[in-house]
Amino acid sequence: MTRFLVRRLLLTVPVLLGVATLVFSLIHLVPGDPVQSMLGESASPEDIAEMRGRLGLDRPLYAQYVSFLKGIGTGNLGTSLRTNQPVTAAIAERMPATFELALAAMLVATAVAIPLGIVAAVGAGTHVDHAATTLALLGISVPNFWLGPLLAIVFSVTLGWLPVSGRGTAAHLILPAITLGAPLAAVLARMTRASVIEELRELYVLAARARGVSRVRAVLKHAFRNSLIPIVTVLGLQFGAVLTGAVITETIFAWPGVGRLLIQSISFRDYPLVQGCILLIAVTYVAMNLLTDLVYGLLDPRIRFE
Amino acid sequence: MLRTGGAIVLLAAVAALVGPLVTPFDPSAQDLALRLAGPSTTHPFGLDELGRDILARVLAGARISFLVGLTVVSVSASVGTLLGAVAGYFGGVADDVISRVIDVLLAFPGLLLAIALVAVLGPSLGNVLFALTIIGWVGYARLVRGQVLRARELEYVQAARAAGARIPRILWRHVVPTAIPAVVVQATLGMAGAIIGEAALSFLGLGVQPPTPSWGTMLNGGRAHLLDAPHLTIFPGLAIALLVLGFNFLGDGLRDATDPKHT
Repeated sequence: MTRFLVRRLLLTVPVLLGVATLVFSLIHLVPGDPVQSMLGESASPEDIAEMRGRLGLDRPLYAQYVSFLKGIGTGNLGTSLRTNQPVTAAIAERMPATFELALAAMLVATAVAIPLGIVAAVGAGTHVDHAATTLALLGISVPNFWLGPLLAIVFSVTLGWLPVSGRGTAAHLILPAITLGAPLAAVLARMTRASVIEELRELYVLAARARGVSRVRAVLKHAFRNSLIPIVTVLGLQFGAVLTGAVITETIFAWPGVGRLLIQSISFRDYPLVQGCILLIAVTYVAMNLLTDLVYGLLDPRIRFE
Repeated sequence: MLRTGGAIVLLAAVAALVGPLVTPFDPSAQDLALRLAGPSTTHPFGLDELGRDILARVLAGARISFLVGLTVVSVSASVGTLLGAVAGYFGGVADDVISRVIDVLLAFPGLLLAIALVAVLGPSLGNVLFALTIIGWVGYARLVRGQVLRARELEYVQAARAAGARIPRILWRHVVPTAIPAVVVQATLGMAGAIIGEAALSFLGLGVQPPTPSWGTMLNGGRAHLLDAPHLTIFPGLAIALLVLGFNFLGDGLRDATDPKHT
C-alpha cells in the first residue's frame, strides 16, 4: 500500500506543475498588452508602467514563472487589482460557501440517484427501468443554467416558497443544491444502475437467493454493497463537474462563492484573482481525483498491484 | 433510443436550415411597443426585452449551436485521432509528450479551462470555438491511443508491417479504422457537450455576443426578466435541452449498437 501511495503521489507532482504552468501562462495569452487591457485605453503610460511593475510583468519570463511557483508554495498569489485584497484571502473568504454548496449538491444527488439506479437495475428492461433511464438522460441534457432559472420561476416567483438568491438560511441552499446536484444525480444513477446490474449477474447473488435470502436483502446487502466501489469512484471523479457547475449555479443564485468571484473577476479583468480562482478549482479537482484513487486502492487491493 | 435521438436531431437540423427562411420575422427586428409580450398566435414564443420575436431567434440560434457543435467536434476529433494514433502507435517520446499534455488538460474540469481561455482571449464566437476545441480533442486522443495500442499488436497489422507497408498507410488503412466506431459515439456525445459548452459560456457573457441570437445569450438576457417575462427563459432553454437530449439519445443508442455486449 505504501508503494502505491508514494507512486500515486509522485505521479501527481508533474500534473500539478503542468496545471500551475498553464494557469501562469494564461495572463500571457491576453491578446496585446494585458496591462493595457486591464486598465483600459485611457490609461496613462505611468499607470501602465506602475501596474506592470506591481504584477511583475516587467521582469524576464523565467523570473516571473519562478516567483509564481514560489508564491503558490507560500500561499502568496498576489493582490486583487480591484480591491487590493490578497488573492488568497479573497478566495479563502468565499471557499466555505462553495464547499457548502458542493456538499449539499452531492448529498442531493446521492439521495436521488442511488435509489433510482437500484430500482432501474432491479427492474432492468421494464417500463420502470426505461422511465428511470430516460429521467437520468434528461438530467444530463437539461443544462443547469436553464434548470436553475426554471426552479426559481416555479418555487420562488410562482409559489413564493423559497428565496430566489443569496445565502444565509437552509432555504437559500435548496434551489442551488438541486440545480447543481441534478446532472450529478443523472450520472450517478446511470452508474448505479450499470453497476448493480453487473453484480446481480454474479453467482454469489444467485447463491444467496438459493440459500433463501430475500430478493430485497440480496439486492441491498449483497449486490449493492459490492457495486459501491465504482459508485464512490464516480462520485469522487464528478467533483470537478460539480466545481465547474458551481461557477454557473453561483452566478444564477448570487451565491457568494469562488465561482461567482471568478465570473466577477473576469468582468473586471482582475487577472490575478482570475488566476487564483482557476488555480484553486483545478488543484482541488486534482486533489479530489488523487483522494478518489487512494480510496479506490484502499478498497480494492487489485488496483494497488496494477 | 437511437431512433428517438435521430428524429430529434434531424428535426432540429431541418428547423435550423429551413426555419430562418420561412419565419415571417427577422431575428434582429425590434418592436419596442411589444417588448416582453408573452406568447400569442402571431408570436408563439413571445417577444424579448427589445421586442424581437423569440421563435425567430431560437431558430437562428439553432444555426449557431449546430455550427459550434460541428466545428468543435470535427476539429477536435481530427486532431485527437491524429495525436492519439501517433502516441499509441509510436510510443516512446511522442507518447510521453502527448500523454503528459493530456494529463494536464484533464486535470482541469473541462468547462473551467474553456472559461479561463475565453476570459483572457476575450468573448467572441471564434474564441469559444478555440476554447471548446482545446478541451475537446483530449477525449478523442485518449480514446484512440487506447484503441491503437491494442490494434498495433493485431496480426494483420503486423503482417502489413512485415509486407513493407509505410507507417502512414498502416495507420490510415489498418489501425485507425478500428477506432472509428468509438470515435463516432464520442463525437455524437461531443456534439451535446459542445452545444452545452457554448450555451454555458454565452450564458456567462463570455461567448457569442449580442445581438447575435445564441441560445445561451438569450438565456442570459432572460435572467433579468424571470419575474415579469419567464418566456424569455423557457423557450431557448427548452431548445438547448431538446437538442442535447437528442444527441445524448443518439450517442447512447450508437454505443449500444456498436458494443458487442449489447448485441
